[in-house]
Amino acid sequence: MNFTLQPGTLETGIGRLDLHAPDGFLSFPVAAVMWILTLVSLAIALRFMNRTFDERALPLLGITAAFIFAAQMFNFPIAGGTSGHLLGGVLAAVLLGPWAGTIVMAVVVAVQALLFQDGGLVVLGANIFNMGVIGTLGGYAVYRILARMMGGEQRAMLPAAGIAAWLSVVAGAAAMTVELAISGTTPLAVALPAMLGTHAIIGIGEALITVAALGFIRATRPDLLKLRDAYAPRPPSLGDSAEGGTAHA
Amino acid sequence: MRNGRSWLIGVLVIVGLTVVAASIWASSDPDGLERVAEDLGFIDASQDAGFQILPDYTLPGVDGVASTVAAGLIGVVVVFGIVYLIGRLVSRRSERGAPS
Repeated sequence: MNFTLQPGTLETGIGRLDLHAPDGFLSFPVAAVMWILTLVSLAIALRFMNRTFDERALPLLGITAAFIFAAQMFNFPIAGGTSGHLLGGVLAAVLLGPWAGTIVMAVVVAVQALLFQDGGLVVLGANIFNMGVIGTLGGYAVYRILARMMGGEQRAMLPAAGIAAWLSVVAGAAAMTVELAISGTTPLAVALPAMLGTHAIIGIGEALITVAALGFIRATRPDLLKLRDAYAPRPPSLGDSAEGGTAHA
Repeated sequence: MRNGRSWLIGVLVIVGLTVVAASIWASSDPDGLERVAEDLGFIDASQDAGFQILPDYTLPGVDGVASTVAAGLIGVVVVFGIVYLIGRLVSRRSERGAPS
């Protein structure tokens, strides 16, 4: 760490805040593959967001990203002198859909790396994938399946989101561990139990924050929960392209 | 969108307070990955970014908690601005009268 300030002032009040994987943890080939997976995911996400994202959800898009960034700064203590922080992928996807949610997570994690030197640039693809894409695409799929099994989104939104949120943290940690192992950084057999054990507890925090945020919105502005699926295509008319409608800027 | 603006401002206040709370109370313990990296002895593999803008969520030249609050608020504004811009570029206007 490179403090340019007086060390004394920092030790008192300021915690570790967020901390993502730094460069050096992953080998170059692994980091490159993760960059490719992330860029492909982002391209797909942008394409589908362009087809389905309703402009009325724009304020919610901004506020969700701002909240996830702020909440990620807040490292909460778990057992054994370890801390954890929110990821937010399931929260973003439940509110905005998986495509816009993926863009939100990518922007948050990229800004953390570029502006705050939180997480390396070589491993940024891996960090976006592990902390964002897994939660927004995988976590959202789990959320929808669970919600359907438990009697529909209307009824089961909070428990389904909570379980999916917990799972997204554990799955992200597992992915990170596999990437570390393939990189030759640490053996899988040793690292996997350690990573899963720690993140099984951190995931509880993820679930609690996700449920609290969704519960707050449902209690105060339930109409916002309809924005995710609000887009209704215009009927094609003369002058429209065959695709029907153009992106609204 | 009844009371849309006041709700938005209220949530932005919550976001700001989250930044302040994180600046004061965030746990200084290593996080999950860092703890495992220390325990298993691969923390030394970590490399510095090689550049600094707002390193470790501090605003250079400002002391203490205020430095982290300022850096965090800058981050909030930047993140909000970027996703809003992307959203504006790719979002669509629904058919008039579509359910909201």
